[in-house]
Amino acid sequence: MTTVSNEVPIARRANAIIWVNRLREMAMIPVIVVLMIVGFIIAPDTFLSVENLMNVLQQQSELSLLSLAEACILITGRFDLSLESTIGLAPALGLLVPMYFGLPTVWAVPICLGVGILIGVFNGTLVVRFGLNAFIVTLGMLIVLRGLQTGTSAGKSLFQEPASFSYLGSASWFGIPVSILVCIAAYAIGIVTLRYFRAGRALYAIGGNVDAARAAGIRTGRTVWGVYAIGGFWPALAGVMMAGRLGSVAASQGNGMIFTVFAAAVIGGISLNGGRGTLFGALCGVIVLGLIQNILLLAGVDPLWNPAINGAIILVALILTRLTSGKSQN
Amino acid sequence: MGEPVTPIAQARGVTKRFGTTVALDDVSLSIVPGETHALVGRNGAGKSTLVSLLTGLTGADSGTVLFNGEAAPAISDRDGWRQRVACVYQHSTIIKTLSVAENLFLNRQSERGPISWPGLRRRAAELLESYEVDVNPEQLAGDLTVEQRQMVEVARALSHGARFVVMDEPTAQLDAGGIARLFRKVRALQERGVTFCYISHHLEEIYQLCQRVTVLRDARHIITAPVDELDTDALVAAMTGPEAAASHLLGETSSRTRKSGPPALAVRELTLAGSYESVSFSVAPGEIVGVAGSASSGAVALAETLAGMRSPTSGVVEAAGQRVRAGSVPDALKAGIGFVPQDRRATGFVPELSMAENATMTVPRRLGRAGFLSPRRKAALANEAVRTLDIKTPSITTPLYGLSGGNQQKVVMARALASEPCALVLIGPTAGVDIRAKETLLAAIDAAAAAGAGALIVSDELDDLRGCDRVLVMFAGRLTAEQSKGWQDADLVAGMEGTRDDR
Repeated sequence: MTTVSNEVPIARRANAIIWVNRLREMAMIPVIVVLMIVGFIIAPDTFLSVENLMNVLQQQSELSLLSLAEACILITGRFDLSLESTIGLAPALGLLVPMYFGLPTVWAVPICLGVGILIGVFNGTLVVRFGLNAFIVTLGMLIVLRGLQTGTSAGKSLFQEPASFSYLGSASWFGIPVSILVCIAAYAIGIVTLRYFRAGRALYAIGGNVDAARAAGIRTGRTVWGVYAIGGFWPALAGVMMAGRLGSVAASQGNGMIFTVFAAAVIGGISLNGGRGTLFGALCGVIVLGLIQNILLLAGVDPLWNPAINGAIILVALILTRLTSGKSQN
Repeated sequence: MGEPVTPIAQARGVTKRFGTTVALDDVSLSIVPGETHALVGRNGAGKSTLVSLLTGLTGADSGTVLFNGEAAPAISDRDGWRQRVACVYQHSTIIKTLSVAENLFLNRQSERGPISWPGLRRRAAELLESYEVDVNPEQLAGDLTVEQRQMVEVARALSHGARFVVMDEPTAQLDAGGIARLFRKVRALQERGVTFCYISHHLEEIYQLCQRVTVLRDARHIITAPVDELDTDALVAAMTGPEAAASHLLGETSSRTRKSGPPALAVRELTLAGSYESVSFSVAPGEIVGVAGSASSGAVALAETLAGMRSPTSGVVEAAGQRVRAGSVPDALKAGIGFVPQDRRATGFVPELSMAENATMTVPRRLGRAGFLSPRRKAALANEAVRTLDIKTPSITTPLYGLSGGNQQKVVMARALASEPCALVLIGPTAGVDIRAKETLLAAIDAAAAAGAGALIVSDELDDLRGCDRVLVMFAGRLTAEQSKGWQDADLVAGMEGTRDDR
């Protein structure tokens, strides 16, 4: 009947909760293992081959960079839908601008990356400076940027890629495609920054409670702005990689990709409400989606069914995350 | 009569206007080191504005703020303010998605370079230990209880070096046990030389904790005096001005008679696994029954079950002799149960909707047939509520977020009364409202009972329970005692804390 007696279980419960939270960060690892086993059963000869797995990773490399950008923006409690247009417009302008102004072709990659950052800065300005709703701003930007690309490229695919442009998407180092190495490096930088540096932790603070973050002396506006700017850089880099892998920049490059980006982020445990989730989780989400697509291909499923199956998988993944986390997502 | 010591914090003739309204009019306040200084006043008296001036959230239009006799730092110098004054706000400034350790050292996790998590946890554990806060630094802040969260906020505030802490209604969300523990901590910190400015609607807390009290009314400074020189009546008079004192707060009620007929509300062997067990009681028409219980007693869960928000494991609920289907809010409403939920912000109202829509939300059928809502009838009902509950609102079309907390609570009460219920179930009906609003709300309950409704008030605030015909005491999920009107505070508190048997 005394108050002392029920304090011990409270402490024990606290410890249990800490452990559950820790395990949740690793929730996608068993899923990946299960998918590997399923893949092995379906195609024992090909699935686990280095070549096949490299292929999966390389195909997911562009998606992974977009998810990296989106995850950071989501953790900060904001949105960016326009990433899927940046991945098309930035490389298109990277090719078109030097052509139009007669600049040397080495300018292609820097211009592409610069365009990406500029788009991010513009998004960030509208959201932070003018206080506009991120969802609507970036939806508008998605449409505008796509239109700029079809307008400037006259709706055609661009094939005249200089060597510097096609390098990232086609070269290999030590037998590993460079694009995979770039992604690994990008994620390594992101994970370390978000976990071990004040600037990275500020994203979580802002996404968790922006007033509390401001009260702690975090420059919230500037940070959000920076996250958007960097959030424009990664899709531009992904655009170079995609252009190199496919050999051209299609007018529709990246079209519809944003849904997969969000799916990967949410499957990986990033909260759409901000403040929660890790880049490692987002990366796992990307890999899960890639493995599923690969298994369907190897199982000989008619690709016409892919959208339906992909959509269903996203829903199942969300239901599973809901069940394992026990909290509702809004 | 000058101050013998330099005040640790001082406001000299500060004035603050928001548009045309004067929030503070030439107010002075000085707080001497080591004291706990109460700041009281009704909602809108200017307490919050004075707090934001003292904590550097806004600047004064005229007048000055001083710390230890020196001018306050510039508004932009957050670090400067943090070293002088700390504030535990009513609304938590903790980031729920981060660990306790990170919250304690937010934006100073490391001096420079990468963060050492083991080091951060160790520093957090040391800090918590030095203030005797029993919290695991690795826990997510969102998993803490209100009480733990406040202590973490206090520890964080003091770790910045401030020796002056403003506490803005820290007990609003605590039960009696939590309040007692908070007070113990505050007293321990007082002994270590920490100065407090304490804001509360609960006058008894001020007498327990504070040495001096300052009363604000209508944006003006009314009086500053040692608490022993100002009794409750004088304090209430200072807060409310030269008007009638509150009678309902003293437990005076109109002459009501219990009506005959089936009980307005009857509960038999009601059990909700993990919350309460085989609870039985009944409320007669015209009767007001209180349920006193701490946050862990299951009393709130019991009330929520009656309103249909939770499904009981077993047992029967009847309203006016008719059995109510369990776990369904529509059925509870249809059966005539009006409900005031515990947390008005979470479940009491929709802030963006107008006052009229909120007040009539439970009674679409009274507004028209087949889903059509007659604006005229809605306005009529809303105007009636404004009149009977004395709701201060610019208009019935004003969105509810534009109203003060006390008036919001009145609208929630209006919503419960709109269906002309045969039974009222009210959880903490006067939580976080000022003394005048409290009076109005309790009078409304009294009037509803006089008109033949049975009312059940679940609360751990003694003021709410004083007007009840009888009070059931709930502890650890069971009804443990019944007190008839005229009970002693100590008996009730002891029953709620479960320490009765030890006496």
